[in-house]
Amino acid sequence: MSENIKQIRVALRNCGFINPESIDEYIAADGYEALGRVLTEKTPEEATKEIIDSGLRGRGGGGFPTGVKWDIARKVESDQKYVVCNADEGDPGAFMDRSILEGDPHSVIEAMAINGYCIGADKGLVYIRAEYPLAIERLKTALDQAREYGLLGEDIFGTGFNFDIEIRYGAGAFVCGEETALINSMEGHRGEPTFKPPFPAQSGYLGKPTNVNNVETFANIPVIFNKGAEWFASIGTEKSTGTKVFALAGKINNVGLIEVPMGTTLREVIFEIGGGIKDGKKFKSVQTGGPSGGCLTEKHLDTPIDFDNLLESGSMMGSGGMIVMDEDDCMVSVARFYLDFTVEESCGKCTPCRVGNKRLYELLDIISKGNGSNNDLDKLRNLGEVIIDTSLCGLGQTSPNPVLSTMDNFWDEYLAHVEDQRCPAGQCKDLIRYEVIEENCVGCTACARNCPVNCISGERKEIHHIDQSLCIKCGACFEKCRFNAISVS
Amino acid sequence: MAKVKSLADLKKMKEKLQSDISLRENSKHPEGMVRVKVAMATCGIASGAKDVMEFFTVNLQKRNVDAIVTQTGCMGYCYAEPTVEVKLPGQEPVVYGFVDIKKADEIIEKYIKQGEPVDGIIPVNYETIDKK
Amino acid sequence: MEKIKVKIDNRLVEVEKGTTILEAARKLDVNIPTLCYMNLGDMDIEHRPGGCRICVVEVEGRRNLAPSCATDCHDGMEVKTHSIRVLNARRTVMELMLSDHPFECLTCAKSGKCDLQSMAIKLGIRDIHYQGEKSTYKPDFSPAILRDMDKCIMCRRCEKMCNEVQTVGVLSGIYRGFEAVVAPAFERDLDHSECTYCGQCVAVCPTAALTEVDHTNQVLRALADPAKTVVVQTAPAVRAALGEEFGMEPGTLVTGKMVAALRQLEFDYVFDTDFAADLTIMEEGAEILGRLGKFLAGDKDVKLPVLTSCCPGWVSFFEYHFPDQRDIPSTARSPQQMFGAVAKTWFAEKIKKDRKDMVVVSIMPCVAKKYECTREEFATGGNPDVDYSLSTRELANLIKRANIDFNKLPDEDFDGPMGESTGAGVIFGTTGGVIEAATRSAYEIYTKKPLDKVDFKQLRGMEGIREATVDFNGFPLKIGIAHGLGNARKLLENIRAGKSEFHAIEIMACPGGCIGGGGQPLHHGNSEILKARQKAIYREDSGKPIRKSHENPSIIKLYEEYLGEPLGEKAHQLLHTRYFDRGREIVIEADVKEEQ
Repeated sequence: MSENIKQIRVALRNCGFINPESIDEYIAADGYEALGRVLTEKTPEEATKEIIDSGLRGRGGGGFPTGVKWDIARKVESDQKYVVCNADEGDPGAFMDRSILEGDPHSVIEAMAINGYCIGADKGLVYIRAEYPLAIERLKTALDQAREYGLLGEDIFGTGFNFDIEIRYGAGAFVCGEETALINSMEGHRGEPTFKPPFPAQSGYLGKPTNVNNVETFANIPVIFNKGAEWFASIGTEKSTGTKVFALAGKINNVGLIEVPMGTTLREVIFEIGGGIKDGKKFKSVQTGGPSGGCLTEKHLDTPIDFDNLLESGSMMGSGGMIVMDEDDCMVSVARFYLDFTVEESCGKCTPCRVGNKRLYELLDIISKGNGSNNDLDKLRNLGEVIIDTSLCGLGQTSPNPVLSTMDNFWDEYLAHVEDQRCPAGQCKDLIRYEVIEENCVGCTACARNCPVNCISGERKEIHHIDQSLCIKCGACFEKCRFNAISVS
Repeated sequence: MAKVKSLADLKKMKEKLQSDISLRENSKHPEGMVRVKVAMATCGIASGAKDVMEFFTVNLQKRNVDAIVTQTGCMGYCYAEPTVEVKLPGQEPVVYGFVDIKKADEIIEKYIKQGEPVDGIIPVNYETIDKK
Repeated sequence: MEKIKVKIDNRLVEVEKGTTILEAARKLDVNIPTLCYMNLGDMDIEHRPGGCRICVVEVEGRRNLAPSCATDCHDGMEVKTHSIRVLNARRTVMELMLSDHPFECLTCAKSGKCDLQSMAIKLGIRDIHYQGEKSTYKPDFSPAILRDMDKCIMCRRCEKMCNEVQTVGVLSGIYRGFEAVVAPAFERDLDHSECTYCGQCVAVCPTAALTEVDHTNQVLRALADPAKTVVVQTAPAVRAALGEEFGMEPGTLVTGKMVAALRQLEFDYVFDTDFAADLTIMEEGAEILGRLGKFLAGDKDVKLPVLTSCCPGWVSFFEYHFPDQRDIPSTARSPQQMFGAVAKTWFAEKIKKDRKDMVVVSIMPCVAKKYECTREEFATGGNPDVDYSLSTRELANLIKRANIDFNKLPDEDFDGPMGESTGAGVIFGTTGGVIEAATRSAYEIYTKKPLDKVDFKQLRGMEGIREATVDFNGFPLKIGIAHGLGNARKLLENIRAGKSEFHAIEIMACPGGCIGGGGQPLHHGNSEILKARQKAIYREDSGKPIRKSHENPSIIKLYEEYLGEPLGEKAHQLLHTRYFDRGREIVIEADVKEEQ
């Protein structure tokens, strides 16, 4: 690998290369060969072992070894089993699953059929959020083509293996990405999780053994058979093999979708692939793992990214959202933003998540308004830890992460809000003041004319004045002043 | 379309498809064609990729360039959408970012017709599975 | 079954594989606190959503705390139920729950009987560290049930009863996160839903989110009005449970004390619904024999099986869900309504009172009875046959408010004539009782032979669906019994599919029958209490001198003086009813809403 090339496209191997609406182009790119070979040359047990050997771990967030998951479902005896593709991508800012379904739908179809063969299922279901109309359209086209070619349906490759796939639509609830909630939703029930065990592999959709994998996980499957488990395991680190797709966002130059081998450092991702921080600002933090992840700092930049390292650093892999923050971002506000999301998306089934997250949000809100106390910081930590310790599903078990990790890494900022009623990043509206710097003010009236609440007074060519009791801290005066005569403090 | 009845069927089909593509795109033979791929995932379309694709389709034909214009998925360069990959016969493909109608026109006139380089190329920053 | 060893709080216990931590701990007399968990073992009703998170415990080697109600033991497991980590988590979760609960304990209908309150006491909550916004919902007043969802803690027990046990499907979780609540679809009111008012949701609600509509004040006002003659009737199941409200053991019979208390409350006549139960048997029994006779005579159009119709929850259920089958149930009114109809006619004439000057109060183990007495067909000129129906719990409150020391009351007897009843009337209070009472009379009337043994043990029990065949002089009468509307649904679906072989079926909406009614003292998920009440009912029956309805002298007199004969014209007018297709009502209403 050459020095400056950090990405390898495995899951995204066809995205941006082939026409997603052409099965021929997919076949020309080795498509359906893995399925053909598995069906004709391997027993389900051998094929499952290949996945175990590859070391592939679930890309949806949990990082559970995919082959082991398949093996559990394979060993459960049942007259009917199901393969489910989780395409309920819900992390704000994450869109890798959508990109794969829009750019390479056949890879998911092929993988699901392989999965069906391995565990003994003849039916697959794709649970996809209805907000992804293009992905749904292309998936439908691909399903039709695969059926037309006999790659789905009965007696596939003349082996007697039958498999077909149906699409199920989600209404866009974040918690439905949790597999038990997803299954409840597919069955027509309220989309809320149930405790495990029983795991879906034992009792899933309609009470039958069900294997649920995420889109990106499936997209890796055909490659493993085409290139070999050993090849796949040679990419990445020992315990996290292969690559991971990340959606780079935030204050970074090259916002986009990237795919890097596991073990790549955050520094390489942010500063080399991502092209560094926008407008030459200083890097402050990177949030990984979506709303359930944590905020990592400068000191984590050289940590190789894999499932275990991220967990150890107080964050998580999640589905691969990566949001970069610079010196202008207030970490209390960031934590509050994510909490706002989880409060909105909690299903409300268990007490700690339903009420606890709401209280966590309220505490953050008090702090960001400068009304918090040191006692509130203690409460924040205790409550966060209890929510993690007692919540029913992964949503609640991780929702305090943004709070706890920012408290760990940016304690000074919390203290500044609480003890000095000050927001160091100048983001918390209730804690900032816009003031006229008298020696710079030329009395051009630009600020007064643009103030939406008319709280700036002053005659032309005279020093202006901001009435703090009326100011809504919109920042319009600061932006319009061409003489650097407005200060933010 | 005949059904794929066996692995051998699939392999035969693949070889045929690959050689067609190769004949079309790689030979310097007069039959070689220019291939333009427009990234048409949700992100690209939201940035105007549909107009860009239509512009290429209509104008390449109008200007008598023997070309195939197809859509493809997301190339990953969200910051530079719409993105377009252009492959001249027998050459490595290049990817252009921030392609609007004006840029598309420049790409046709300068790069496709005359082989002159045009600004805005996004360098390849990944490896494919075949190279690895 | 495989045995495994588990260590709980440093004590070893051997349990069967598949035992939960909660169950294993109980074997060691370690009572891990629970809130949403509910287990009515004998009726196969177990609710463990793992939602409240009060029962969390620490499991060695596990990352987070485990809900003990929903976590199975494994061999070698080590569990701590009161480590500092557990206690802190449990207290914090409780504080969170309380932080979203109105602090109205002193004036709350459930005060003193609230599971949330007891849990706060048990966990020693003295302060609520996490305060903030409270969720509020519009209150819902229906004829029988009040919903005050501000007090809901999302235990979802009501949902379990409504959907899985009763299969009524009215209550379910709606909205998300902090706004999540249990409600009818689209947050409609109960009286615009298919609610049957069976009251099982009320019976299991740990707080006052679901309560019965309280009519005690109206009754007190009627008692204080000198112009009114107030007549009270008491349902059979009340006497087997009322004592629990005064600290007595479940299963204590308090018939005599109850009568004394009602007299002290200054009811003018203390009568017994058991009398009306005997009357019901006369009518329903005649109907069964009538239809059976036609069937045996080869009439192809006769509708069989005959279904009992004394339970108003059940009546609403088939009106909503099986309106096509509404010609199958007996047309006999329920004992409560037969009583009201007879009290305001025959008895009113006897005491020379106008029905407008009479107030009929019923004491029922039920909340659906409140709704039943508001049904238009049970009123004459706008004057209802039964004015107010109080639950067993409301009666207990009334007794307490009147400073009556219930435990020290002497035993007194009901007034005549409508207080006279047989053992057959008493057993209406339990599942299987109505059909046993009917069988006792029908057998003797059909075979014209006296019964050797009055007890039909094959009809008794607690299983959700039971069946038995009784030999009617060579004719095998096939009897079915279901309690719990979910079980009723199964039998009904068989009938609809033409697969039912029963001749008569008894159905009770509540699990256990009226002893487990929605208006009874709360059993807090303990099915032993229901079994004790059932035993008490059969004890009362066997202690009665007369045990067959058709031998009740007051009933015989009623027919002689007033009604003529069972199913006669007068009987038809006063004692029978008709049913409505209410499945359509809901649909039409939904359409109208859409148009608006």
